[in-house]
Amino acid sequence: MADGAHDENERKFTLNFGPQHPAAHGVLRMIMDLDGEIVERIDSHIGLLHRGTEKLLEYKTYLQGLPYFDRLDYVSPMNQEHAWCLAIERLVGLEIPPRARVIRVLYSEIGRILNHLLNVGTQILDVGALTPITWTFEEREKLMVFYERACGSRMHSAYFRPGGVHQDLPQDLIDDIWTWCEEFPGKLRTVEKLITENRIFKQRNVDIGVVDQRTIMDWGFSGVMVRGSGLAWDLRRSQPYEIYSDLDFKIPVGQHGDNYDRYVCRMDEMYESCSIMKQCIEMLEPGEVLAANSKVAPPRRAEMKRSMEALIHHFKLYTEGFHVPEGEVYAAVEAPKGEFGVYLVSDGGNRPYRVKLRAPGFPHLSAMDHLCKGHMLADASAILGSLDIVFGEIDR
Amino acid sequence: MMNTTEDFEDLIAHITGALPDAVKSTSVSLGELTLHAERDQIDDVLKFLRDDSQCLFETLIDICGVDYPERTNRFEVVYHFLSMRMNQRVRVKIETDEETPVPTSVELFPCADWFEREAFDMYGIRFAGHPDLRRLLTDYGFEGHPLRKDFPLTGHVEVRYDDLEKRVVYEPVELVQEYRNFDFLSPWEGMTSVIPGDEKAEEAPSDG
Repeated sequence: MADGAHDENERKFTLNFGPQHPAAHGVLRMIMDLDGEIVERIDSHIGLLHRGTEKLLEYKTYLQGLPYFDRLDYVSPMNQEHAWCLAIERLVGLEIPPRARVIRVLYSEIGRILNHLLNVGTQILDVGALTPITWTFEEREKLMVFYERACGSRMHSAYFRPGGVHQDLPQDLIDDIWTWCEEFPGKLRTVEKLITENRIFKQRNVDIGVVDQRTIMDWGFSGVMVRGSGLAWDLRRSQPYEIYSDLDFKIPVGQHGDNYDRYVCRMDEMYESCSIMKQCIEMLEPGEVLAANSKVAPPRRAEMKRSMEALIHHFKLYTEGFHVPEGEVYAAVEAPKGEFGVYLVSDGGNRPYRVKLRAPGFPHLSAMDHLCKGHMLADASAILGSLDIVFGEIDR
Repeated sequence: MMNTTEDFEDLIAHITGALPDAVKSTSVSLGELTLHAERDQIDDVLKFLRDDSQCLFETLIDICGVDYPERTNRFEVVYHFLSMRMNQRVRVKIETDEETPVPTSVELFPCADWFEREAFDMYGIRFAGHPDLRRLLTDYGFEGHPLRKDFPLTGHVEVRYDDLEKRVVYEPVELVQEYRNFDFLSPWEGMTSVIPGDEKAEEAPSDG
């Protein structure tokens, strides 16, 4: 107002939310136009975690580019490596050994549980319950130890490689994963007992952030954002890759497409993932884990001690890298957050010409304005939690 | 499991039959269908792909730019679509340059909003009719389009916190040593230039 006086009837104001806000799940800045407590418009400012991954990938060999994928959605790193490896393998025309396929699926499902545990835990925290996040993080910790035992790193694994996976799994690790799979559903049920029928949790989530089918199509949704609304769309089923067509699993779907249904979907998916992991362990047969094509995949270390040719291959692969035939490909996986895709353009050299990373969270967050319109301010953080946002992949 | 050209034959015939002028050519590689479209008629193409009962490509997966500085129309705008109903994907490509704007598709697909803003930010591709074509990922006040091939990997400015001024300051990038862009292309395969002395050889060995 020109005279600077405060008008008591004036209810409209603009609120700056973030970029450092515990409910923003990272560095998100939102300019919210409010009418009292009702959200009228949200303008999201993203890019505060932009590191230029796509540009960096153009200056790295294919193998050097791989670890950048761990740093996108750092909650489920291996699922993204998977898309990168699939894109390369499709262009090169590389077949990977059966054991590597099973290990990849096993670790992709670990990634899915890692992601959902974090999301469910923080979503519950966002709407006010403090305890369950400690339980879910305890389980995440155990899973990250499995990551560490397979590849030496808890988060930035660089485990999936074009042609298979980097190292074989030792038997005692496989046994421990099996034991964990036996115990995990019980632990998850403890969370469910406290939360799923909880009155406060339902009041904060039921009928909040309803996603209808029109919204799904218009805003490019994928993953749980689609399944929560009753569409049984899952790339693992509809466009199967690796060994998913041989596995027996259900696709949980919601009915109303609200926050609560998405929470239930994520919980059910964790049970399914756990059962997929068990099936994978049963399917594991001894064998190679990296393709024998030494022009793409490095030779085993033991072999390098004796064979001159293997040593040369190793040297060439880690300096020059391998060449990928000219062409373009779009490879997508069902990452825990939705469809994660890699559009790879190769000019025939040892470095990609162009990589576009299609992050599932990107279109989800872009619909924030559409989803929050007319909701209360407190619902905005509940919806944001339910969208499952990680800025590593959105900002790239 | 991979789709071949025959699987797409009906779809290609259907699309090119309905849009003879707008679709310049089609290609199938690695089981993926690509349509090369006319820039000015992209709206019609996308509308047809979305609404036609044999296409139903209702989900816009991605829009991105690709930079080919040596071409007259240096940018390619690549659209990826998914049809959940038909379980099919398609890629649509158009060409443009720095000056010529591309018709926006925000009206047809609301999620194109951010994808187009990103393409504008990264490449400087203009989208005519976009309601709010601001930068998306780069810093406030950023200059240049980072994913263009002529933009250096290191960028032009760097930031640091200045303890004397008690604020973040922007300065031109100073590299202690030049950015080392190794050329690992081996003399045996993939190399195009002639090594000195090579011209004396009667015949080059054919196998690497």
